[in-house]
Amino acid sequence: MTKRYFVPLLVVTAAMFAYAPILIANAPYESTMGLVQKIFYFHVPSWFAMFTAVFICGIQSAIYLFRGRAASDRVAAAAGELAVVFGLLGLVTGPLWGRKSWGVWWQWDARLTIALLLELTFIAYLLVRKYGGPGSEKLAAAVGIFGMANVPFLYMSVNIWRTIHPPTSVVPTLPAGMPGPFWFSVAAFMLLLTILMTLRVRLEQQRAALDELYLALEE
Amino acid sequence: MGQFLNVALLVLRKDVAIEVKSREILYTTLFFAVSCVLVFAFALVKEGRVVEDASAGILWIAVAFAGTLALGRTFERERYGETLRALLLAPAPRAAIYVGKLLGIVLLLAVAEVALVPLVALLFGAAFFARPLLLAGLLASGTIGFAAVGTLFAAMLVRSRSRDVMLPILLYPITVPVIIAGVRGTVAIAQAAPDEAVAAMWIGLLAAFDVVFVTLALWTFEPLMTE
Repeated sequence: MTKRYFVPLLVVTAAMFAYAPILIANAPYESTMGLVQKIFYFHVPSWFAMFTAVFICGIQSAIYLFRGRAASDRVAAAAGELAVVFGLLGLVTGPLWGRKSWGVWWQWDARLTIALLLELTFIAYLLVRKYGGPGSEKLAAAVGIFGMANVPFLYMSVNIWRTIHPPTSVVPTLPAGMPGPFWFSVAAFMLLLTILMTLRVRLEQQRAALDELYLALEE
Repeated sequence: MGQFLNVALLVLRKDVAIEVKSREILYTTLFFAVSCVLVFAFALVKEGRVVEDASAGILWIAVAFAGTLALGRTFERERYGETLRALLLAPAPRAAIYVGKLLGIVLLLAVAEVALVPLVALLFGAAFFARPLLLAGLLASGTIGFAAVGTLFAAMLVRSRSRDVMLPILLYPITVPVIIAGVRGTVAIAQAAPDEAVAAMWIGLLAAFDVVFVTLALWTFEPLMTE
């Protein structure tokens, strides 16, 4: 099934990514921040993609742990990796904007800190998968579940600790002309996430199939 | 329920009995915590005075570092004697074994804290004892939260080759809310005008953390420990 939809999906996503710069360039300038505000069209969507990946990873890890479904473990592994990739994208674009609008590269602001901590959690997830040795899938699954459950606590604790980031209420109150390109970018990023996930899961599937063939050969 | 508690208490009694006999983990953990405090003192004391609020941070970091060491050692002991497998093979609910181990770690850390808190208060002139009940609440809920996550991960890592590095790598990012809540709550108590409402708010957050993560650990311990 995935094969049939994959190529059209790829074409649509490529077209959207090709068109997005034009749409972003034509979007109105924000009154106080000017040009640097445009980073918002790919900074925020990359966080959306990261959080989606985090939740996919957590839920699939739970399914793997309780049902023992190997396919869920593969999806979780792919999602964990993509959470790190999109998180990195956010962590790179964030300071670029921060340098221009706060005057510093990094601030110990609530959302930045949460992002960094989540990124660390999922890097730990990948490290466990890679270096945990035999049986590390279950360990990783626990990290995935705990990482997801930790999101609200990170959110609350860090938020009370400090806040200078533009609040999340920015998105519903966007001035006219901005929501269009913004949601377009979000959709493009979500499609990109889907495509990368599909590819990554397929790779894991083939790896598993290859392992099985080796085992069959040995017997 | 009665059997569950019985098993948990038996596991706790076993750990306490071993520890009372050797005192190895308590002594090493405590000594390690004190060295942590000293290392931080050299980093954070300026012209004979500690940087503002740093004493609360030093206390919690010492607890977290020492806790990691204690977690590693307790399970190392089980691995050495090949006793974890025996524990898991026992006809008892797995979650009860987790609770027993958790209680053991919490008790050990509580004993370490009894020595550590006055020491940090004394060395840095911190007014930790301005609101003793709130401080006890913070330490208890924070230690339980830290140990709840730590006990599960340490138990899982027994089988892993790289357990020594993996435990802190997994534990610290996930227990950051505990450190933040503990440090900010302790600062609220130790400041010139203690802010009880803020300290109570952090205790509330820690209690919620404890409930969620103890539940999750109880829920996942069984499938995680099944080979």
